[in-house]
This record gives sequence, C-alpha cells and structure tokens, in this order.
Amino acid sequence: MSEHHHKETFVTKYLFSFDHKMISKQFLVTGMIMGVIGVLMSLLFRLQIAWPEQSFSIIEAFLPERFQSETGVMKPDIYLALVTIHGTIMVFFVLTAGLSGTFSNLLIPLQIGARDMASGFMNCLSYWLFFISSVIMVVSLFVQAGPASAGWTIYPPLSALPQAIPGSGAGMTLWLVSMAIFIASSLIGSLNYIVTILNLRTKGMKMTRLPLTMWAFFITAIIGVVSFPVLFSAALLLIFDRSFGTSFYLSDIFIGGEVLNYQGGSPVLFEHLFWFLGHPEVYIVLLPALGLTSEIISTNSRKPIFGYRAMIGSIMAIAFLSTIVWGHHMFISGMNPFLGSVFTFTTLLIAIPSAVKAFNYITTLWKGNLQFNPAMLFSIGLVSTFITGGLTGIVLGDSALDINVHDTYFVVAHFHLVMGVSAIYGMYAGIYHWFPKMYGRMMNKTLGYVHFWITAIAAYGVFFPMHFIGLAGLPRRYYTNTNFPLFDDLANVNQVMTIFAIIGGIAQIVFLVNYFMSIYKGKVATQNPWRSNTLEWTTPVEHIHGNWPGEIPEVHRWPYDYSKVDENGEYIFGEDYIMQTVPLKAGEQES
Amino acid sequence: MLALFYFFVAVAFAIGVWQVNKLLTYRVIFKEIKDGKKIITFENDDNPVATEKDNDLQGKLFLIFLIGFYLLMGYCLIFLQDIMLPDSASVEGEDYDNLYRISFWLIGIVQFITQALLYFFSYKYRGIKGRKASFFADSHKLELIWTTIPTVVLAVLILYGLSIWNDVTDLEGDDAILVEVYAKQFAWEARYAGRDNELGRGNVRNIEGANSIGIDLTDAKSADDIPVRELHLPVGKKVVFKFRSQDVLHSAYMPHFRAQMNCVPGMITEFGFTPKFTTEEMRQQKDVIRKVASVNAVRTANGEEPYEFDYLLLCNKICGPSHYNMQMKIIVESEKDYLIWLNQQKTAKELFKL
Repeated sequence: MSEHHHKETFVTKYLFSFDHKMISKQFLVTGMIMGVIGVLMSLLFRLQIAWPEQSFSIIEAFLPERFQSETGVMKPDIYLALVTIHGTIMVFFVLTAGLSGTFSNLLIPLQIGARDMASGFMNCLSYWLFFISSVIMVVSLFVQAGPASAGWTIYPPLSALPQAIPGSGAGMTLWLVSMAIFIASSLIGSLNYIVTILNLRTKGMKMTRLPLTMWAFFITAIIGVVSFPVLFSAALLLIFDRSFGTSFYLSDIFIGGEVLNYQGGSPVLFEHLFWFLGHPEVYIVLLPALGLTSEIISTNSRKPIFGYRAMIGSIMAIAFLSTIVWGHHMFISGMNPFLGSVFTFTTLLIAIPSAVKAFNYITTLWKGNLQFNPAMLFSIGLVSTFITGGLTGIVLGDSALDINVHDTYFVVAHFHLVMGVSAIYGMYAGIYHWFPKMYGRMMNKTLGYVHFWITAIAAYGVFFPMHFIGLAGLPRRYYTNTNFPLFDDLANVNQVMTIFAIIGGIAQIVFLVNYFMSIYKGKVATQNPWRSNTLEWTTPVEHIHGNWPGEIPEVHRWPYDYSKVDENGEYIFGEDYIMQTVPLKAGEQES
Repeated sequence: MLALFYFFVAVAFAIGVWQVNKLLTYRVIFKEIKDGKKIITFENDDNPVATEKDNDLQGKLFLIFLIGFYLLMGYCLIFLQDIMLPDSASVEGEDYDNLYRISFWLIGIVQFITQALLYFFSYKYRGIKGRKASFFADSHKLELIWTTIPTVVLAVLILYGLSIWNDVTDLEGDDAILVEVYAKQFAWEARYAGRDNELGRGNVRNIEGANSIGIDLTDAKSADDIPVRELHLPVGKKVVFKFRSQDVLHSAYMPHFRAQMNCVPGMITEFGFTPKFTTEEMRQQKDVIRKVASVNAVRTANGEEPYEFDYLLLCNKICGPSHYNMQMKIIVESEKDYLIWLNQQKTAKELFKL
C-alpha cells in the first residue's frame, strides 16, 4: 500500500474525504434528504388533486403563506411548482446522484479489486458539486415568486417568460444554475467510474468476469458522458434566451399585451436537446438498479444469474438504443411525421433487450433456493414493476397510439412504474444488501419486510389505477379536474390513489428509522453475511483506507458460481457458493 | 411551527415502530444450567439474515400478493371500463381503436403470464435448508426463443402502427375544410378559411384591438376568413386543422376524435380527421350513455346539475397557472346546419371594415 497512514481529522474523514466508501455514504444521505423533500411534495399535490381546493393543515404547515390562498388552499402555480420540483428532485437528485452516485462509488473499487477510485479528488469534487447543486435547488423553493414551475422538462417559452408563470423568474434561474452544477458533478463522477473500471481491475478480473453491477455502472457512466453535456448546452442556450435576449428557442410571442422582441427560434429545438439527455436519463436511472438486482437475485437465489452474456448484451443494446429514441417524446410536437416513424421503430426495438432481461430474471428464480432477505424482496418487486411499466411502453412508443395518450396520466403511470418505482426498489434493495458493507452492521430484517410489503401494495395501489384515468383522457398537470364534468367520475379513483400514496409515504418512515437506528444499534455484521461471491465481501468489516489490509486478492472465476456441483452432485467446495478469489479445482471447468 | 409538529409526529412514529419491533423480537428462552435447574431468560433472537421460517412466510406472502394483484388488475380492467373514453368519434380513429385493442390484449396477456411466473416461482422455490439450487447458467435455445418471439410480435405491431401513423398524418387532398385553431393563455380561438378555403397569413405582430389572433389584413386571402370563438364541424367531411400559439406551448387535445397536436409559437403545426357522428348522434352511443351515467351518478350525489355530453378541445401541455381550465366546446352537426351557422358568422372583412 503506497499511501502512508496519516492522522485524520473530522474534516478529512467526514467532510472532504477522498475515500470512496465515505463519499458513497455522503451521496446516499444527501439523496435521502432530497428524497424526503420530493416525496413530501408529491403527497401535498396528491391531496390537492384528490380533494381539490380544500385546505389541509399539512398543506398549511409546509407551504409558506404566500403560496396559499386566504382559505389555506395551494395556489395553481404552486401546484405546478410542486410537480416540477418533485420531478426534478426525484429524477436527478435521488435516482441519478442518490442511486448511481452511492453505489457506483461504493461498489466499483470493491467489486473490481481496487484500492480506491482512479481519482479521489475528482470523486470528492463530484460529491461537493452535487451538494452545492442540491442546496441551490432547495434554496430555490424559498424564492419570493416560487420555484421553477414549468414542468421538470422546462419547455420554453413557459420556462423563459416570468410573464407566463411566476416561477419562471428567479426560481427558474436557480433551477438552471443548480442543474448546470449538477451536470458537472455527474460528468466528473462518470468519467471517474469509466476510468476506474477500465484501468484498475485486479489481476484476473477480466471484463467477462465483472459482476453485472459493474457492467451496468460502466455502461450507465458512458451514457451519462454522452448525453449530459447536451442538456448542459440546452440549459446554457436557455439562460442566454432568458437573460441576454437571444432567440434560440423563442419566436413570435405576444404576452402581457405586447409583442416580445424574439424572432426565429423554435421551442422544438429545445425539446430535441432536452430529450437527447432526457431519454437516456431514464436508463441512467434504471440500469444501475437493474445491475444491483442482478447481483442480489443471483446471490439470494443461490443460483448463477441466467444468461450472463445475454444480460451484458442487453445492457449494451438498451444503452445504444436509448440514445436514438428521444423523439418518441415528441411525436405530436410538430416535428415531421416521417421522423416519428423512425423513432417508433427504434423505440419499440428497446422492448426486445428489455424482454430478455425480464425473462432472464424469472429464469434465475426457477429451481433456485430463494433466500428472502429484504433486498431480495425489493429485487423481485423491481422485476414486477419493470414488467408492468415496461409493457405500457409498447403503447406509448407507438406514434399512432401515442397521439391520444400523450401527456395524460397514462404516461405518468407508465414512467412512474418503469423507472420511478423500479429504480427506487433497486435502490432499496441495494441499501439493504450492502448496508453491512457501508456501516459494518446489519439492518433490521423484520422492519425491512414491513417496509417492502406496505410499499409494494401502495405502489401498485397508486400507479395501477392511474393508467385508467389516463385512458379516460385526463391530462396530467391539471391543478383540478372540476372544470370538466367529463372527468367527474374519476374523482373517486383519484382519492383512492392519494390514500395509497399517503400509506406508501408513511411506510418510508419505517425505512428511515431502520436505516438510522441500524447505523448505531444494528447487529454487528459478519464479513460475508449473504454468502456472496464477489470481492467486496473479502474486505474486513471495519473500513480501512485501501480496502484490503494486505495484497489485493486475485480473481480466478466469474462471480456467479453458486450451487456449482461436481459429477457426483456434491458442492465442489462443500458450500453453495465459491468466491471469485478461489482458484479452480483440478478438473473443474470454468463456467 | 405546524411543520415542526408534523416532524415530531413522524419522529414519534418512527421511535414507536422501532421499539415495538424490538419488543416483538424478544423470545422467552428456557435455559438449563448445571444441576438440572432451569432458568427463564429473555433473548433477542432477531437474526438479520433470512431464516427458513422467513423464507416460508415471505414465499407465501408473494403468492397472496399475486392473487391480490390479479384482483386489482381484474377490477380495473372490468369495473373501470365505465370511466374510459367511448369508441372513436372520427373515421381515422377506428384504426386507432383497432391497434389499441390489439396492443392491450397483447400486453395484458404477457402481463398476466409473466407476473404469475415471477410470483409463483418466488413462492414455489422459497428457500429450504439443504435443497440444492440448480446450476442453470445458460441456454441458447431459451435465449433464442425469447429474443425471437418479441422481435416477431413487435415487427407486426411496428408495421401496423406505422401504416396507421402514415394514414393519420397524411393531410393531402383539396376538399378538406381548413380551420385554424389558435391557442393562448388560457383560451382557444379559431378561424375558418372562408370561401377560398385558404387561410390568410397570421402573426402575433398583427394583434391589435378586435384582431385578437393577429390576422394579416393586408393579405388578400384574409378577407373572407371567419374568426370565431366556438368550433363547429360538419359530420363526414375531412377537417384539417392548422395550429398556432400566441405565447407558450399548448397542446390541442380532442380525445374523442383521437386527435392531438402541439401548438408552437412561431410555427404552424397541423392535424386532421373526419368526424363520424354529430354531437346528437354521439349522445346516443352506448359507450357515451354509459360514461354519462357514470359521471351523473357522481354529480347527483354532489347535488350538481346533470352533465350532457359534448365534444371538447382541451389543453394538454403545461402552459401556466390556469392550464387546468383551457377548453373549447366542439359541435359536430350536419353539413346543412354547419353551413347555416357559418354563414351567420362575420368574415374578417365585415369585422374589421376592410
């Protein structure tokens, strides 16, 4: 170990740590705080949509007075602001930084056999940029006119003109600044992940011996590096339009009784740039979750993951296709219908690798010996919501069918299941599974079960009926539906959904208490509690700089030798798992 | 301050959950110490890793969850039919409904089968001590099957979908009625092309006084244009809409006709369809009667006026605080009634005294 052991102060250990394990915890806790804010917002606007224009003491408690009417009802533009910030926080701050940031940092060095990330400094920088952007996003909530409220997709001109909606003033400026810093953080992190996986693998860790988590993080980082800069450019041009009078996205606008001095720009350009990131972003969120579950399902099924190479192939296929399907968000944006045909074709192709993944998960369960740890429950839950949400993608991805369901609640149900709930399940699975690696203690199993079952019931209770109010033609982002008698009979469904949402929200408190109490009171973990094969379980329970006290172990086999038997049907090494560090026995075939 | 109260409630709840859980994990243990004496102790036997007992319980819960999920899906598919949109009111929408049905049968079947497999396997293979899991890592045959089948099915769906898309987006043809739909925060306006069936130019820079949608009055084609605030369409004739927006993005959504197109400032977008039923005829459709009954059941309970069906144009792209209330009634009538109505409207020439 080349690094000298130096004395650590509080600042170097907990704040500006270069150690990937500490940085991963920083990402996780920040992500969790943002998650609490995001979920709370969703509950507030679900109350409004279910019981329109009624006052609730919880709304009065959490909304500043200027955001309420005299009767304590949230104002329409604040409803939109809550929807906007909920989306932004959940997609970027929780599911990108909180999920990918946490587990890429924690697992990449540990699973490939490296002392740390390629650049500890960049890693630290990546976290602190994320932290700053989170702070700015939270600060934007307290701006006088309210935070950004043009939807998380911030389509101009709405996002460019404070005359159009109050939130497009200072709130939007802070949103853009926050996101620009966030993108810098994400890019620095991604580059670090790619370099680390390519260069710092231990002896014997061929690419084809990497756990699927590593493959997922590696490909995710590549998509991030390809697509995030485009959102950065889009945001930059929007800043120019807003502040310096350029006309990239704006043209022929009459608002507030006057014609604005913009000519020749097009909002459709922004849509292209936004969704060039926006769609791959879905997979930036989802692939790490699928990677984590691959590992967890295999370990807890005591079986090799089915079709390892097919899984890698489908991750690559999804990643490649994800960068050429963005137009399916724009079938009715006014772009050339022929372009719509092309995007329909590429979009529906994604169903093929996705189907392969789903079937491979199910086959992994088949004839397994399933160990239902909380992480395993959430992984199975992920496969379920991934299928339910993914299938409706076949409707939305088809330009002809998209016409009538575009921007309705059908879309909201689809993406919440396929990327929201699925990714959150993946994140929870990851936390339950690798908590012993983070804190050296175990999380409480029973609370984990309670957390899963309530969450699973609530998630389907909210998002399954939501498909049907979408098919009834209900547009999303409506402050209330009471102005349309056509939608009066959807009120009951909306109320049931809100009740499930509140139950689901409360269930997350069970998780939070489990998490924070287990840090101090959890049972002390053993070195390899889940009897897993991968390298991180060869490190000592107590964290040390450089991960392994002596030499980094050498790798001799792939990570999925579970329940491998010899000709006599006996486990080769007497146990139902063989760690990657164990050399092949004489006569044993490598799987 | 009230926020603080909710925070404390949450913390109290959290501590309660933790303590109850802790109590529940204590077991009474009879221990034998030397001399054959027994003592009773309380021990915390909460094993953080799943035991055989846990596997058994959780496996069974998965089976129960599957049944519950099936019931939820069944309930939604059968009983929520009433709230759904009626069959298409446009000729082009018939193909849409066909494709929609095929797609939903397909994804419904796949959904029911895969969820059953997932949860049933979770139940069936729940861990038992000593059972050997099968070392089944790969099968080219299986992989081939579930790559090929989705590919073939999707190829069919793509081809059918694209042929419909091509038909719907093909707006060529001279005899279509031309209507401009104009969106602004938070109302809709419209303009008929008049006798020449050609719309005069429009730009927000021409907005002045009564000319609220910026018709270019110097354009010869503008004179016979008819600006209106209500949309009337003749049944059985193709209508082509040209969409403009005055300020931000809007989306003209006419769900009963399976029609939607964004309205983009600085750009003209288009969409078209042929209305199949007049408003009156539509009110007699079985689906519509069912839907109206379902709405009126709620309205009667709330003591509100009964609802009568009308076609609607509503905004479906977030456009500002009052996005939720941006609508226009559409009236479909016989061609005769339509022409009578249209002739009563003033042309731009009459309105603006050109």
